[in-house]
Amino acid sequence: MRTETNEQKLLEGLAKNDRKSIETIYRQHYNMVQSLILNNSGYPDDARDIFQEAIIVLYEKVKSGSFELNCQLKTYLYSVCRRLWLKRLSQLQRLSSDVENLEESVPVEEDLELHEQRNLDFMVMEQSLDNLGEPCKSLIRAYYIEKKSMVEIAADFGYTNSDNAKNQKYKCLMRLKKIFSQYKK
Amino acid sequence: MQDTAMLDAVERYIRGEMLPEEKAFFEHLRETRPEVDQLVVEHTLFLQQLNKYGEVHQLRTQLKDIHLQLTENGQIEPARPTIVVTLWKKYRRVIGVAASIAGITALCISGLISYLSPKVSTAKMVELSRRLDAQENKLNKVVSNQLPQQGQTRPVAPIDFKSGGTGFLIDGKGYLITNAHVVNHATIVDVQNSQGEYKARILHVDPTTDLALLKIEDSSFHAASQLPYGISKGKAKLGEDLFTMGYPRNDIVYSKGYVSARTGFRGDTLAYQITLVAYPGNSGTPVFDKDGEVVGIVNGAAPDAQMAVFAIRSKNIYKVIDDMKADSAFLKTDSDFVRLHVPAVSQLKGQDRIEQQIPKIEDCIFIVKSNQ
Repeated sequence: MRTETNEQKLLEGLAKNDRKSIETIYRQHYNMVQSLILNNSGYPDDARDIFQEAIIVLYEKVKSGSFELNCQLKTYLYSVCRRLWLKRLSQLQRLSSDVENLEESVPVEEDLELHEQRNLDFMVMEQSLDNLGEPCKSLIRAYYIEKKSMVEIAADFGYTNSDNAKNQKYKCLMRLKKIFSQYKK
Repeated sequence: MQDTAMLDAVERYIRGEMLPEEKAFFEHLRETRPEVDQLVVEHTLFLQQLNKYGEVHQLRTQLKDIHLQLTENGQIEPARPTIVVTLWKKYRRVIGVAASIAGITALCISGLISYLSPKVSTAKMVELSRRLDAQENKLNKVVSNQLPQQGQTRPVAPIDFKSGGTGFLIDGKGYLITNAHVVNHATIVDVQNSQGEYKARILHVDPTTDLALLKIEDSSFHAASQLPYGISKGKAKLGEDLFTMGYPRNDIVYSKGYVSARTGFRGDTLAYQITLVAYPGNSGTPVFDKDGEVVGIVNGAAPDAQMAVFAIRSKNIYKVIDDMKADSAFLKTDSDFVRLHVPAVSQLKGQDRIEQQIPKIEDCIFIVKSNQ
């Protein structure tokens, strides 16, 4: 019971992007995933990538409002990592038989499908931003992601006043939208 | 700018930053002007995506940071397997597949080679020396007990001779040829024929040609001045008629046959294959041609065929003797050896086999008995 409530708290922390909670999850489960990957023709770097992706899958899941894991956190993470690694192996075309099932696993295909869609959105947005170029990229980041005020931004970016910054931001946003919609297609 | 102001309003509306009156005005605007409504919906979606991107991006950065920090603090295994282990893990299946392919290929090739190469019997040639049985031993004991034992250099107790073959004189002074395998490892050798039993000494054993040279050293032995047969230096012809006289039993046995191949066991060029009846004990038996010349010495038989007997070519006798004459250390042990004369010409040419050849030859052929 205690672990369940603890895990519940950790998940809530994760949803809020709370560093402490993420650190705890990382510390508790990373080694298990690493041995899974290393035992199945992977490198430590692969283990890191796979584990972090699994955390993002988990994050998206709790973000979308379902804190309910119908299994232990460990089992969930393990299952996600196993599926992710299987997929990666087939992409890399490394000669490999089925990944050894060291732990019990639960079906996570649905979550991963959702994740893939979101990941695609993420990539599109990232590419759009990269394409936008400076200073637009930083300007958009500062305002929409870091949620800085226009006054701050004007000071940081050296605009004479916040209205000027707002104008610049507007132009950047329009361009980003255009690029984004092009990539979307 | 109109658009700038509008977007700003939309954003403030989405974020819920508008004052009540302003909000009411904006909502009214949304209802009356569909393009405003569309802009609101579209922009809401876009901002959501931007937001999600921002969050995930932040999470990713955070995770990378945590990973570094935890690794530094040693809170997660830095697990760096050695390169060999990593390579092995990565390539063990490839290695396995490669090894199996190599193994299968090797097996196929060796299989093919053994399938395509001429079939050679792996069995050894059967040597034709014989084991002397108890009955014969008893007989020998009786004989040796009856013989006067003068100037004894040998223990009084009768000797158990365990194996035997045949030998024949190549010089009337008492030099005999037999097979190396007949006297191999023996310390005491006796020779015997219808005239009597004599002590003999092994002078030389040559395992390459499978020939051994013995010398009768017994006072009761009377040297013959001339041997009736000669030892041929030439080659026997395929199909040539041959006969042998040897001791597969304690009685001399005559047999008749022909040269059936120019080479011996497994293509041995030192020997012939002859076809005639031979038994264990025939090892060392001389093979005569129709003129009574020794053309070979029986030394074995094929393991899997009847009557396929092998005979060492007689010219090897000369080779062995020449080798011995070149050995000065050996010559000191036997002063007579320099005077050894091997007859090359037979005295039996054109003579009747039954009436003359066989009786004359008979006395020159002996049972060779060895204690090993």
